[in-house]
Amino acid sequence: MTLKSTDFETVEVTTDLLIIGGGMASCGATVEAAYWAKKNNIKVTVVDKAAMDRSGAVAMGLSALNQYVGMKAKGRSPADYVNYVRQDLMGVSREDLVFDIARHVDGTVHLLEKWGLPIWTDADGNYVFEGAWQLMINGESYKIIVAEAAKNAMAELGDAGEIYERVFITEPLMDGDKVAGAVGFSTRENKFYVFKAKAVFCAMGGAVHVFKPRSTGEGFGRSWYPPFNSGSSVYFMMKAGAEHTCQEVRFIPVRFKDAYGPVGAWFLLFKSRATTALGGEYMVENRAELDKWAPYGLVKPIPANLRNWLMMMDTSTGKGPAYMRTEEAIKAIVDSEPDPKAQKKRLKEVESEAWEDFLDMTISQAILWAGTNTAPEEKPSELQACDPYFIGSHSGASGAWLSGPEDLQTAESKADYFWGYNRMATTKGLFAAGDASGASSHKFSDGSHAEGRIAAKAAIAYIVDNNTQPNVDAGQIEATKKVTLQATDVFAESCEQTTDPDINENYIIPEQYMYRLQKIMDEYAGGVIANFSTNKPLMDIGLELLTFLQEDSEKLAARDLHELLRAHECLHRTMQAQTHIRTMYAREETRWPGYYFRADTPKMDDANWLKFINIKLENGEFKMIDRKIHTIC
Amino acid sequence: MPSYVITEKCDGCKGQDKTACMHICPNDLMVLDKETMKAYNRDPKMCWECMCCVKICPQQAMAVRGYADFVPLGAQATPLRGSEDIMWTIKFRNGTLKRFKFPIRTTPEGTAVPDGGFKTDPAADDLKSPLLMSEPECLYVDSLPTL
Ligand SMILES: Cc1cc2nc3c(=O)[nH]c(=O)nc-3n(C[C@H](O)[C@H](O)[C@H](O)COP(=O)(O)OP(=O)(O)OC[C@H]3O[C@@H](n4cnc5c(N)ncnc54)[C@H](O)[C@@H]3O)c2cc1C
Ligand code: SF4
Ligand code: SF4
Repeated sequence: MTLKSTDFETVEVTTDLLIIGGGMASCGATVEAAYWAKKNNIKVTVVDKAAMDRSGAVAMGLSALNQYVGMKAKGRSPADYVNYVRQDLMGVSREDLVFDIARHVDGTVHLLEKWGLPIWTDADGNYVFEGAWQLMINGESYKIIVAEAAKNAMAELGDAGEIYERVFITEPLMDGDKVAGAVGFSTRENKFYVFKAKAVFCAMGGAVHVFKPRSTGEGFGRSWYPPFNSGSSVYFMMKAGAEHTCQEVRFIPVRFKDAYGPVGAWFLLFKSRATTALGGEYMVENRAELDKWAPYGLVKPIPANLRNWLMMMDTSTGKGPAYMRTEEAIKAIVDSEPDPKAQKKRLKEVESEAWEDFLDMTISQAILWAGTNTAPEEKPSELQACDPYFIGSHSGASGAWLSGPEDLQTAESKADYFWGYNRMATTKGLFAAGDASGASSHKFSDGSHAEGRIAAKAAIAYIVDNNTQPNVDAGQIEATKKVTLQATDVFAESCEQTTDPDINENYIIPEQYMYRLQKIMDEYAGGVIANFSTNKPLMDIGLELLTFLQEDSEKLAARDLHELLRAHECLHRTMQAQTHIRTMYAREETRWPGYYFRADTPKMDDANWLKFINIKLENGEFKMIDRKIHTIC
Repeated sequence: MPSYVITEKCDGCKGQDKTACMHICPNDLMVLDKETMKAYNRDPKMCWECMCCVKICPQQAMAVRGYADFVPLGAQATPLRGSEDIMWTIKFRNGTLKRFKFPIRTTPEGTAVPDGGFKTDPAADDLKSPLLMSEPECLYVDSLPTL
């Protein structure tokens, strides 16, 4: 029997706070929400498309906590962190949000330590810093530990706390200009879920596979960013009418070639250099280029996108490959030891640290080194710019435009950055954090957790102030049910017309749809094949092709629950593509050359473009909005 | 392949309706073939090689064979995850073996206390206060910074 929409049972769940996603930000939101919910008699429901123990970008583990301000340990202030982020993002950041995360993040780190995350300490018991702001961890079980604290907190709520795993959220429910919940489906049983809520916290991560990856065939899933985050946050919140920001600020990490193993420990901890094939050190030889990107290019650390750019200048002129000089770095570390015995011991330690760095968060890289008989102390390894990703929590900035905290506003910023509840979107009752929250880069895993905690407490305050269940009419539930399950009917109606169910005039299967989206983005929106550059005429074509694709999305077909999940991921990625192209299009300058280069407007233009370019959906049309940048400290 | 199941070792998690590998895969890739009662990866090209399935399989019936598009054959990374640490065996193409052991947590499984044992300042009870659970004690500074 072919699956049809009529096979699905509708399950209704009524709650107060709905937390969607089960990643770092949601686990932070859950642990915090449960605490305040208990005191205020509030129900909390968490929904994740996977199992919280291993869902999202931290599924495999991590080897560092990338944001630690060290207010006590280093005597630094949140303002110091704001200065760093402002420069790294070429002047474009929401300083109130960055400051806010920075003042809470140490608390998250200390909680993580109490929960059982092993953070490296030195002989005196002080944390070991990888770089200025990063702490080294033994992070294989990072996500399990964080999920455990969240689940233990929910358990304290008894019946008022429920967790749904393996439910994929598709669409928001609305009550006028207020969010009223979400719908989705189980990826295990034929069930359509309706979650009605007074407030919704959204943290379904960022997006990958919007652009064509470098990897092919069986290796297709090897993207730096996990293939299981597919733009659900931007889709859900755009559909709920929320304004978004920095959708042009994609992230392209430079990593070890092909398997995309992390480079942080090599650059920061082991102090390795990177050179290109002809032996030059591109960060030194191409330094003059940085003047063009002043003032941001002239500060230390040099912004991530400019470091990319200096490398790309060499690789795109045929001086590649770029190398991480692991052999040199290890030699320097070992040579600094006094005698052969100490040197041997140090070599063993470095070797173990280097392998753990991969095994904790990019196991493929360990397999690649083993498969190519790579001994890092003997030869360097190739580096490469990966493909474009949307990860607002890392060195990109895409995400929703959110209210900041009241006490971190200046007289000027308040009117633009504050509307009642911290981390609330421009849609009432809708909150976000982590990759789903924009213009607050460099919060990484622990800052995302801290931001989830901030947002959850504010969401509870909102519920207490607005304690009535929103109205959701039956028509809306029927309409969202149709959108959610439609792909099964599309398949069922026509699948018998051809001998191969993958090929049919009347529909397109999600896999092929995804390839089409990726090809458009790769060629017209500055993907790998276009050397990360684009221009207005290219984007005009891209937008036209996206319009056809959007029309064809009505014909996405799904033969089972798994394919239905893939169909919705396609829809969600298309929204990410739309907002990305449109925002790059609106910004007539090049500001982050190592992320994308607009060849028709190749220079940075602070006089006209030092501002946010926001985007929202209004009556089904995309609308662009300019917003001011305020300096708060 | 990326992740694969060794026919001989997989027991289908003894016929339970939720196998461990299906439960854990963040990308919904693992399925149980009800006829053979063996699991398989239904879409290896969407596999992240995160090894969550490999680490959780009670029969050690799962492994990863490096992505065919860029990894020469012959390498293997095999985890053995305990309650306190993880032991890795890395086999190189040329036969070299390396073993590493890393801690994974410092507390017994299941015991994470949500507030970490830190006190929360009563002033935080005002839901409009920026103070969060466990603050300011968990910050290790006297008060929450502001402008
Ligand atoms: C390769 C890599 C290395 C990194 N290294 C570090 C590091 O060393 N240190 C560091 O601090 N940070 C690091 N980060 C950053 C860190 O992983 C992110 O900042 C963090 O995970 C963001 O949290 P999040 O909650 O926004 O998203 P995630 O943690 O990715 O969570 C997203 C959640 O949404 C769920 N979801 C998605 N779609 C749906 C849907 N439709 N319905 C229901 N649920 C859905 C997912 O299952 C998941 O639970 C790294 C990231 C990557 C990709
Ligand atoms: S977890 Fe292991 S034993 Fe269980 S079904 Fe999967 S492969 Fe088979
Ligand atoms: S390696 Fe990861 S993505 Fe691949 S099947 Fe296993 S759990 Fe899923």
